[in-house]
Amino acid sequence: MDIERLVKMANDIAHFFQSEPDHEEAVKGVLGHIQRFWDPRMRKALSGYVDGGGAGLIPLALEAAKRLPKAGQTV
Amino acid sequence: MISTIRWKDLGTPARVSERLVDLEVDGIPVSVPEGTSVLRAAAEAGISIPKLCATDSLEAFGSCRLCLVEIEGRKGYPASCTTPVAAGMVVHTQTRKLADIRRGVMELYISDHPLDCLTCSANGNCELQDMAGAVGLREVRYGYEGENHLDLTKDTSNPYFTFDPSKCIVCSRCVRACEETQGTFALTIDGRGFESKVSAGMNEAFMDSECVSCGACVQACPTATLMEKSVIDMGQAEHSVVTTCAYCGVGCSFRAEMKGNELVRMVPNKDGHANHGHSCVKGRFAFGYATHKDRITTPMIRDKISDPWKQVSWDEAINHAASEFKRIQAKHGRGAVGGITSSRCTNEETYLVQKLVRAAFGNNNVDTCARVCHSPTGYGLKATLGESAGTQDFDSVEKTDVVLVIGANPTDGHPVFASRMKRRLREGAKLIVVDPRTIDLVRTPHVEASHHLKLRPGTNVAVINALAHTIVTEGLANEAFVAERCEAKEFAKWKAFISEARNSPEELQAETGVPAAEVRAAARLYATGGNAAIYYGLGVTEHSQGSTMVIGIANLAMLTGNIGREGVGVNPLRGQNNVQGACDMGSFPHELPGYRHVSDTATRTLFEQSWGVKLESEPGLRIPNMLDAAIDGSFRGIYIEGEDIAQSDPDTQHVTSALEAMECVVVQDLFLNETAKYAHVFLPGSSFLEKNGTFTNAERRISPVRKVMPSLSGKEDWEITVMLAEALGYAMPYKHPSEIMDEIASLTPTFTGVSYAKLEELGSIQWPCNEQHPVGTPVMHIDEFVRGKGRFLITEYVPTEERTSRKYPLILTTGRILSQYNVGAQTRRTFNSMWHDEDRLEIHPSDAELRGIKEGDWAGVRSRSGETVLRALITERVQPGVVYTTFHFPESGANVITTDNSDWATNCPEYKVTAVQVEPVTQPSEWQKRFRSFSEQQQELLEEARETTQA
Ligand code: SF4
Ligand code: SF4
Ligand code: SF4
Ligand code: FES
Repeated sequence: MDIERLVKMANDIAHFFQSEPDHEEAVKGVLGHIQRFWDPRMRKALSGYVDGGGAGLIPLALEAAKRLPKAGQTV
Repeated sequence: MISTIRWKDLGTPARVSERLVDLEVDGIPVSVPEGTSVLRAAAEAGISIPKLCATDSLEAFGSCRLCLVEIEGRKGYPASCTTPVAAGMVVHTQTRKLADIRRGVMELYISDHPLDCLTCSANGNCELQDMAGAVGLREVRYGYEGENHLDLTKDTSNPYFTFDPSKCIVCSRCVRACEETQGTFALTIDGRGFESKVSAGMNEAFMDSECVSCGACVQACPTATLMEKSVIDMGQAEHSVVTTCAYCGVGCSFRAEMKGNELVRMVPNKDGHANHGHSCVKGRFAFGYATHKDRITTPMIRDKISDPWKQVSWDEAINHAASEFKRIQAKHGRGAVGGITSSRCTNEETYLVQKLVRAAFGNNNVDTCARVCHSPTGYGLKATLGESAGTQDFDSVEKTDVVLVIGANPTDGHPVFASRMKRRLREGAKLIVVDPRTIDLVRTPHVEASHHLKLRPGTNVAVINALAHTIVTEGLANEAFVAERCEAKEFAKWKAFISEARNSPEELQAETGVPAAEVRAAARLYATGGNAAIYYGLGVTEHSQGSTMVIGIANLAMLTGNIGREGVGVNPLRGQNNVQGACDMGSFPHELPGYRHVSDTATRTLFEQSWGVKLESEPGLRIPNMLDAAIDGSFRGIYIEGEDIAQSDPDTQHVTSALEAMECVVVQDLFLNETAKYAHVFLPGSSFLEKNGTFTNAERRISPVRKVMPSLSGKEDWEITVMLAEALGYAMPYKHPSEIMDEIASLTPTFTGVSYAKLEELGSIQWPCNEQHPVGTPVMHIDEFVRGKGRFLITEYVPTEERTSRKYPLILTTGRILSQYNVGAQTRRTFNSMWHDEDRLEIHPSDAELRGIKEGDWAGVRSRSGETVLRALITERVQPGVVYTTFHFPESGANVITTDNSDWATNCPEYKVTAVQVEPVTQPSEWQKRFRSFSEQQQELLEEARETTQA
């Protein structure tokens, strides 16, 4: 999958949750959204990209993406 | 439902009153609501009083004097249409004296009327003829030699109806219909006495006047003066069938008037719950596409898109498609194929497509074109209120005091509802418009918006925040409602956020371009003006913050308690006829029918038991993800029913590259649309006249679609999906769409009470329809929200990344026009193109002058995605810095320019904001040249296939 697009999508989601005052809820918000709406191949691509540093992801998106279960792990 | 051609006309509109009045008509006792006319009371008692100028869709006018009656204790002969009933009244409708007067009146009319009844198009369906019979007219003593109107010339300028003034009896029904029903005020009666005549505009031809060709006047005319050309050509129909319009989300009910298998005309159904007997130019007149010569009626296949098409049997086409899908899945995995359904399909068809994808393909890669229009509505309303649908019925607007229209253009997009809305506004309701353009509604006859917040495209959320900020900080919120009905913790968080100074109208004014005072005034009106209702359209959803804006709208309604009763609410105006239904039927990749997430084990188990297969618990790909995955190589086959992504989806060049990258594209449609030009299998679909099913309109109203003629291809669309599923090895043993609805009802809690039998009985049903709501639900969230407590969510304004720059200094935004419908595949194949035969670029005079562009010049429009050329239309409707176009013609390439930006939550494309540069040019863009030659080539490949078969 086009990783640039996935990074942009993840950042867009994070922008929405950014103003949630409770940081933990904000991270869960981003993560939950990705899990509920992204096809597994998109999540896998993002998760793999994060392993390589995740450049371009804003901090909240990066934090959430890091929590995506790795391949083989169950949600 | 087959019905007879004539309606019972009760003469004057129904009155609603708690108080009933008892009277006696010709010795028969009648009891009617206070305010009812004597004419209507008599009709309800089964007594027909002769009448000409009165009809029950219009207020009585009392001009023809045919409906006179005698009332005991009253002098003279009052007109029964304008006389209200009174308690104890004793009315006589048939006396010798009355008969004489009526005959005299008729004699006068007939003396100035051509006596060509036998060859007249209204023969057999003419009220003048009927009345001549009813009053027993036997002679006309005045002769026809005197001064008369018999030589007046016909106006045939409108493509759908003629105006023959020689037959006019000046009853003014047409004038009143145009005013009261349509709200356009295009007709007048000029002159007085003998000189008086009906004319369009300032004595213009209909086509040159303000007339929008809704046909209300034609329907109201008691004679052949205003008459459908189709009736003139074909004669009067002999039977009719009630069905539902296949165009916009208003979902008007119609009687298709038929002569055998031929459609003579469409007449809006008086008993239609969405439209109450009104329609627009599309639904009433633009049905010619259904029998257009471009229709493809034989299945076709080919290996490569550069190959000629080969016409084949249904079996061969279906087996070919199925074996291709199986081959791709075997090689590239189960998730390498998917399907797209359309909001133009029936509920039953959409349900089957998603079922095929989930059960036969074994994945969740199914999506619908609602992705590109109202997916944010689904997300935003579910998150806040708990249900992905509008909260009201259309009738609710009659109790509204303040109408807030955001990012919608109802007079063009939802014309019949716009007429209802305009009627309410003429009665005194206030109007607030939030739109970057001066849409027609801002100022129409007898309607003027109190506030027009002419914002910069892309700043919706800033405006809704500023409105909410004003209401909260000025103490105008309905605290009691919020305390009782909403989650306290979430509200407190939201309140703290919205009260921050950065959300004030003053702070945001530089960003939105809307003066703070105007925002404050609008907020006060919305919060304190009585029942306030929000109506919104794609100008809300098609943004990078589309879902945030929908949430903001729901917040605003909850904040002021404007939800949960008549006259208020949150009303998404759905673009296409079945957007609501497509979403309800589970055509999104993450949810099963009834908006239940695929990861929910209980729901999945329910469907697994019914469908007899194991279902995937992970969400599938959405349309834009499918396209990306196609380019990436992990997605290679697609089944597309009734959708034209190559024209309607953003960033056309990206879409067509993705289609080119796929190995098997199966398109099921009426025409070789833009997407079909990239297809390997073409399955000929059926028009809405050729199949049974249901559509669900913007009010959640499920209405029947009925087959009025055989399918040209021999198959209804649902049958094609069934064949494909079976060829894939998954049985779908349905015999009729009613069985599909029964299955939907058995699996979806909001649909449990829905069946074809109930639809037959009630005419239409607004879901939820179940044990708690056996006849449906006009207004939702009455005592509590569907999710329990309403939930406020923080709506931070995040400016779109699509900003203007030196290179792209203007913002392009897009929209629709009344006469054309979306990609135009249907309306472009009708006379509707006489009103709009090309997409134009609206540009403000100052921007045009700066660039040396004059009216009608070719203007090149360039964005970071691509470039196209359109003719310029210079107008102050758009503000400086903003340009606008419609997207009805594929060669315009409006979507070549739109970008891949999308809503954060749903990936709904940001059609409404694209940074562009505009320059004068002398020739089409490179894309347009390529488009033209590719289209010509594809057309030739189609012609070759047709010729081979004929030879
Ligand atoms: S067609 Fe509609 S808009 Fe035109 S004159 Fe008749 S009522 Fe008015
Ligand atoms: S055109 Fe028809 S409706 Fe209008 S005034 Fe003449 S007869 Fe009546
Ligand atoms: S308003 Fe919409 S549903 Fe009604 S006739 Fe027009 S296009 Fe059809
Ligand atoms: S019908 Fe009453 S005056 Fe014409």
